[in-house]
Amino acid sequence: MAAKIKIEKKILSENDKIAAAIRERLHQNNIVSLNFVSSPGSGKTSLLEKTIGYLGKDIKIGLIAGDVQTENDANRLKAAGGEIVRPVVTGGACHLDARMISKALENLDLEKIQMLFIENVGNLVCPSSYDLGEDMKVVLMSVTEGDDKPLKYPAMFRRSSVMIINKLDLLPHCDFNMETARQNALKINGKFKIFEMSCRTGDGLDEWYSWVKNPKI
Amino acid sequence: MHELAIAESIIKTVLDEAERRNLGPVKKIAVRVGALTDVVPDALRFGFEAASADTELEGTKLEIKTIPVVGKCRNCGKGFNVEEHIFICPVCESFDIEMTTGGELDIEYIEADDRSI
Ligand SMILES: Nc1nc2c(ncn2[C@@H]2O[C@H](COP(=O)(O)OP(=O)(O)OP(=O)(O)O)[C@@H](O)[C@H]2O)c(=O)[nH]1
Ligand SMILES: [Mg+2]
Ligand SMILES: [Zn+2]
Repeated sequence: MAAKIKIEKKILSENDKIAAAIRERLHQNNIVSLNFVSSPGSGKTSLLEKTIGYLGKDIKIGLIAGDVQTENDANRLKAAGGEIVRPVVTGGACHLDARMISKALENLDLEKIQMLFIENVGNLVCPSSYDLGEDMKVVLMSVTEGDDKPLKYPAMFRRSSVMIINKLDLLPHCDFNMETARQNALKINGKFKIFEMSCRTGDGLDEWYSWVKNPKI
Repeated sequence: MHELAIAESIIKTVLDEAERRNLGPVKKIAVRVGALTDVVPDALRFGFEAASADTELEGTKLEIKTIPVVGKCRNCGKGFNVEEHIFICPVCESFDIEMTTGGELDIEYIEADDRSI
């Protein structure tokens, strides 16, 4: 006869185990890590280009660029001055997982870097369940996407620590209400650290730079 | 469609457990999915059917229990159901809310012949 057998295990326990090992290794090496997530095209690569351009002289930054098919973003980050860039082509998968990060770190000398930035695959749904061993998730949205983004993707916004509202320069062309966007985000995550910026004009980037040098919530 | 990847993780975990415990064919798998996980039950069921085809778990029943989002106020201690993803304390209006349930992605139990009994 069939018996009921208690399992009580997380479905993603294997991913979580690898993520925990990554987190421990990064901490042993005093590396701060951020996982950047957003819809396709909100400006993750643009923000990373700016950030390594500004901080790269003083802080050694390792970069992992996740992409479904190409290495375009990795190449952009190299062109922007990124010295240690590892592309991860997921070959169709809609998110990065801890195993991919672990593999990307295999040939990356952790003693040489102080920070690790991971650009996740452009997707606000799938990456939310996958811990990569990062210290924080940074979620981006742009003003062209609508101020209800947080309400539509609550799992991702709840699991992120920082929210960036990008493409401020396009605000005059959009019916995006900044106050509504902030309220929607804070309802889901009252502890959000929020930045507004334009990676195009550079507006708001100074505040971001001074925070990201030593990210704390 | 990350539900396919989630389904693959379920299959791997269950097959490992069944082997480790020396179980017979698995008839049913019961999982808990939190309401704040972005895992859609129908998509998960579909993903499970696709991923389990031609494995020992083909035809196994997948029972999905949805777990509501419950919060607890860090300011006044009040526990409450989180409606429409609004994490604000109904008593003191604090935004500092711990999520106590709603993020689950767990395998609760399976039904199989236990050969060791
Ligand atoms: N007007 C304007 N355009 C921007 C801004 N930031 C980025 N863009 C443009 O938006 C487009 C997408 O930016 P990316 O940085 O590639 O976005 P991404 O999030 O990395 O995209 P994926 O990796 O494909 O998900 C590019 O054409 C950028 O030049 C901004 O602040 N203002
Ligand atoms: Mg990109
Ligand atoms: Zn309260």
